[in-house]
Amino acid sequence: MKYVSEFRDAELARAVSAEIASVTDPERHYKVMEVCGGHTHTIYRHGIKDLLPDQIELVHGPGCPVCVLPMGRVDEGISIAERPEVIFTCFGDMMRVPGSKGNLLEVKAEGADIRMVYSPLDALRIARENPDREVVFYAIGFETTAPSTALTLQRAKKEGLENFSVFCNHVTIVPPVRALLDSPDLRLDGFVGPGHVSTVIGCRPYEFMSEDYGKPCVVAGFEPLDLLQSVLMLMRQIGAGRCEVENQYSRIVPWEGNLAALKSMAEVFELRPYFEWRGLGFIAQSALKLSPAYADFDAELRFSVPGVRVADPKACQCGEVLKGVLKPHECKVFGTACTPERPLGALMVSSEGACAAYYNFGRKSFEKVEIGSKV
Amino acid sequence: MCLGIPGKIVEILDEDLLLAKADVSGVRRNINIGLVHHEDEQVAVGDWVLIHVGFAMSKLDEAEANATLAALKELGDAYEQELEELHASQIE
Repeated sequence: MKYVSEFRDAELARAVSAEIASVTDPERHYKVMEVCGGHTHTIYRHGIKDLLPDQIELVHGPGCPVCVLPMGRVDEGISIAERPEVIFTCFGDMMRVPGSKGNLLEVKAEGADIRMVYSPLDALRIARENPDREVVFYAIGFETTAPSTALTLQRAKKEGLENFSVFCNHVTIVPPVRALLDSPDLRLDGFVGPGHVSTVIGCRPYEFMSEDYGKPCVVAGFEPLDLLQSVLMLMRQIGAGRCEVENQYSRIVPWEGNLAALKSMAEVFELRPYFEWRGLGFIAQSALKLSPAYADFDAELRFSVPGVRVADPKACQCGEVLKGVLKPHECKVFGTACTPERPLGALMVSSEGACAAYYNFGRKSFEKVEIGSKV
Repeated sequence: MCLGIPGKIVEILDEDLLLAKADVSGVRRNINIGLVHHEDEQVAVGDWVLIHVGFAMSKLDEAEANATLAALKELGDAYEQELEELHASQIE
């Protein structure tokens, strides 16, 4: 338990850890999925696995927006970025995500005008400053960042900014979780629900997990102690035969979500009939596009984006890792052909990606486990 | 992009554009407060908010803000990168 000293309240962490052990049935194996990539990062950074009994297996979910974007959408972004009239803006996380012929950083080095921005509002400012250029914002993210894109578009419309458009790749969290629950590959006992997504959508959208699938869900905060407490809440539910949605992160997450954010999103976006996810395939109503009222700002329409499908490189097993079927280190190319320095797949790029988290923080513990010495 | 960073509102800049200046780890940058400043909820100078990509997403109290900042610092590179990107931001 070498990590315990790093906790804000080490004493409490020990107590929660012991409590989890006491409610764990030694005869049973539990599979708990943390949906959010931020949680995956915290779990490895703080060695949470070492504070849990061996019977509890944490399975990493599809909640990293950079990781779930299929290669075709990366290529399409690059094809827009390569147009001479375009200033292409995106979050830093996207720059190194591999497309089939390279990444945005390489395209930039070859002369494309690609600018990293912190906020979509920075992209809007760039559009104002460059009235003779087409400024495109590469929008990615779950419901955490979708409201920011919505508010930015509302302002662009108010200002009548004609040289600004959005290549929309926003995705929604519930449909992929439902797809995982429908998949025969994986049997899960419960979910650690995402924190920041839930500040926007609230806790109600997770009720299908308990009502339709009989799986408990606990919405969790991002500190290591939050994660431990959430696992304890899940284990207590499982032990008592309950399945409910509980909110461990109520100090930030309101049960009903952020109504102002949901209202802006409803005006600016509509659901796509289907969208492709890396590893999960096409999932109905799982992503957002701009609504007809905002069609003038839709980069897909403005630049006639063809909608190509590109298969992942054969060696990549990102899909199996995203589905929780493989652990990152069980992938054929993990740590050899695919590293954070030279990533083959998106899960190795983003700091929220399960493979990058495993590579940076988790390797030591699984190596020890594999050679048989108990951690 | 996925990290929420606590910032303290130091000035409300524009009630129509919903812009405020926030202090984030000692650096002052403009943010949008539209999601936490409307008919049902308001923010004022001195309030702490959780900021995602230039937008205040929720209010938080000072103890929670400090705890979140401490947890972020422990993340190391991911937090450093996010701060670096925020420093380059010029929202108007």
